[in-house]
Amino acid sequence: MANFTLKLNGKPHVVDVDPNTPLLWAIRDNAGLTGTKYGCGVAQCGACTVFLDGMPVRSCTLPVSAIGSSDVTTIEGLSGKEGKAVQDAWVAHDVPQCGYCQSGQIMSAAALLQNNPTPNDRDIDLAMNGNICRCATYVRIRAAIHSAAKSLEG
Amino acid sequence: MTVHDSGLSRRTLLKAGAAFAIGVYIAPNNGPARAQAAPDPKAVNIAPNTFLVIGADDTVTVLSKHIEMGQGPFTGMATLVAEELDADWAQMRADHAPSNVVLYKNLAFGAQGTGGSTAIANSFIQMRQVGAAARQMFVAAAAAEWGVPASEITVEKGVIRHPSGKQSGFGALAAKAMAQPMPAEPKLKDPSQFKFIGKEGVVKRLDSAAKSNGAAVYTMDIHEPDMLTVLIARPPKFGATVASFDASAAKSVQGFVDAKQVPSGVAVYATGFWPARTARDLIKITWDESKAEKRGTGQLLNEFRALSRQPGRMVKQQGDVDAAIAKGGKLIEAEFVFPYLAHAPMEPINAFIHWKGDTASSHFGSQFPTPDQAIMAQILGIGVDKVALKTILAGGSFGRRAQQTSHVAAELAHVAKAFGPGRPMKLVWTREDDMRAGYYRPFGIHRMRGVVRDGRIEAWSDTIVGQSIMKGSAFEAVLMKDGLDPTAYEGSNDIPYDIANFRCDLHQVDVGVPVLWWRSVGHTHTGYAVESFIDELLAAAGKDAVEGRLEMMKDKPRHAGVLRAVAELSDWKNAKLEPGRARGVAVVESFNSFVAQVVELSMVDDGPRVHKVWCAVDCGVAVNPDIIRAQMEGGIGFGLGHILYADVPLDDGHPVPGNFDTYRSLRINEMPEVEVTVVKSSEKPTGVGEPGVPPIGPAVANAMAKLGHVRPRQLPIVGSASA
Repeated sequence: MANFTLKLNGKPHVVDVDPNTPLLWAIRDNAGLTGTKYGCGVAQCGACTVFLDGMPVRSCTLPVSAIGSSDVTTIEGLSGKEGKAVQDAWVAHDVPQCGYCQSGQIMSAAALLQNNPTPNDRDIDLAMNGNICRCATYVRIRAAIHSAAKSLEG
Repeated sequence: MTVHDSGLSRRTLLKAGAAFAIGVYIAPNNGPARAQAAPDPKAVNIAPNTFLVIGADDTVTVLSKHIEMGQGPFTGMATLVAEELDADWAQMRADHAPSNVVLYKNLAFGAQGTGGSTAIANSFIQMRQVGAAARQMFVAAAAAEWGVPASEITVEKGVIRHPSGKQSGFGALAAKAMAQPMPAEPKLKDPSQFKFIGKEGVVKRLDSAAKSNGAAVYTMDIHEPDMLTVLIARPPKFGATVASFDASAAKSVQGFVDAKQVPSGVAVYATGFWPARTARDLIKITWDESKAEKRGTGQLLNEFRALSRQPGRMVKQQGDVDAAIAKGGKLIEAEFVFPYLAHAPMEPINAFIHWKGDTASSHFGSQFPTPDQAIMAQILGIGVDKVALKTILAGGSFGRRAQQTSHVAAELAHVAKAFGPGRPMKLVWTREDDMRAGYYRPFGIHRMRGVVRDGRIEAWSDTIVGQSIMKGSAFEAVLMKDGLDPTAYEGSNDIPYDIANFRCDLHQVDVGVPVLWWRSVGHTHTGYAVESFIDELLAAAGKDAVEGRLEMMKDKPRHAGVLRAVAELSDWKNAKLEPGRARGVAVVESFNSFVAQVVELSMVDDGPRVHKVWCAVDCGVAVNPDIIRAQMEGGIGFGLGHILYADVPLDDGHPVPGNFDTYRSLRINEMPEVEVTVVKSSEKPTGVGEPGVPPIGPAVANAMAKLGHVRPRQLPIVGSASA
């Protein structure tokens, strides 16, 4: 066990864990932020997606010891105009069904819009195909991303 | 746990004292109804004070007797109440009802539970009566308060008004309304007066916001002071048991607390998920496999195939199939093979309990709360009334949380009992635990034979080999017929096509692999077998897939209705397709709802690429049209992903896939465009959680046939390998 200071949503959190502990479990079990979900543990489903220095990563396979002083942003700390636009569009389209994967979907979608404000369907496929939704809300995820992009225009 | 940001949970309302009134919280098993000596199992509870919590801020929280696991019952129950209460949608909230079979039973089951796409169907009248009774009590309270005749009072958008100018919200009058006598038969609106039911754009899901900002709380998110996380080391084969174990190496893991033998394996107790998982890997276990199921799926297939050549137990017969075959014509035979399938909800199986010795409180996404509660009480040796089971949001289910044996609740109680009372603990299954621990959609085959003579289908025979879901459970006595499990043949015994010589028979076989209902249950395979085989026979008879079906549907107006609707929506007759594309159609009734789908696809390197799906659904009165569309979209994606990719093969009894890398799930780039039409109907409302699933598979197969491919005889079509 060792102490690691995580910069989580702009605030320092000291966690005393085994260095191999995935970031996901430090965020959930130690820092107590539960919006980031466990779905597979092997970077296959994307439910655990967070930003590391602004880039989307799968927190379930990233050991705490590798984070260093990087900024970690979770769904609870998602801010900025893209994040807000995506969340608003998710509600407007009633995207979620069970909702369990949606934190990860929203993080991936916000990251997409930060890099590409006008994604086409193929861009959406490429950015979002690492996020599984077992309820298959994909039709609405696609529509909501287009809406969010439109809302950010001008 | 609510899904609302307002933080207006029942607990905070209670703390606020005057904040609630109609919402007297009836504790589980402690309410007045419980006090009756022998409650009438058929009695329908419509007491507003057991279903509604009215806040001082005028919020109306509906306690849903159905679990919200994605299909929208929170919004559906609230819609029904709001309609008759004349509430404003903005004031509506929802939360789960506590476990109490008297107050909150599913009227279709008699137990408290969610499943079989029954939520709206069984609640449609009941929850409207709750709203109507509450409205009447509010009006009576206002009349008394203001000294005016009740007949002069109106309620609109949550405001109670008298022409004199007096007005009130629900909150201010709640206490007085609760003191009013409850009407025995509150008057319901005529459908022409509906403001919410069936209306577009007026109702939004109540849970979208909390599910878009990380605030929604699932079982996985429960953290209490001093709580332990429990993982179980499970046997590699079904039916194996612990012979001995050695946990000494696990003691080196900081956060490891203890390891105990439980019926399902070795329970590992730790301070969090990661220490529990790390410690579990270090425990040495010797398994006793003497009673384990050791057959692989290859061997099962050989055995099932041999059985299918013999007549099974007759399920339904008319005319004489053998005589019709002997008369000649074109005999077409097909064998369809269906794999074991995991439900793999995004939130793996889990449950929370705090056993204090004399009492226990438990929270999890239970689909059958009162049976789950009963088994926990039995194992812990305390009264059912001492187990407070609170249902909370579930991250998907698809049938996985509706356990006919309550095995997760039982395991939770065993885990608590083995450790001893006092500490809160959360039982967590890893993804691999869930995928390899069974409770699959049963493996099975259909051997089909049909005769086409002179452009007509003269005979149809369907021999099914499969495993019973209900056998050995509490459901067996109630729902099995003559020892046969209807979920093994539902949809095959009663096809919508008029065929003079018809036979459906079943070999119900025992396999030591636990199986369970899986979104749309028997229709997952019967829908595929029936709808791809009828298509093949119609093609042999030279008929159009839509017209040919319609010609054979006698007294099946709702099947024909959705088929015509989807043909029109997709322009089936006249659509000009791009080269390399083809369309297929299928129609399936399940859970009393009717769904027809047309797919358009092309073939790419690794199999079909579905571009678009048109879908028509008749589910009676449409309560929430947008949720119905969402369930069709989701059902199509769920069904498509599985018929293309999903399979749990067994290797000498050991389930091979463990995670989404080997159990391939549909991803966004594989999701077709979907267009849904909801057929107008004044029939009683029926469910939509499952019926969107069955038609997609055969529609894909039938489109593939148009491109010259054999309709796939063995699912999945593509498999996981090319993931």
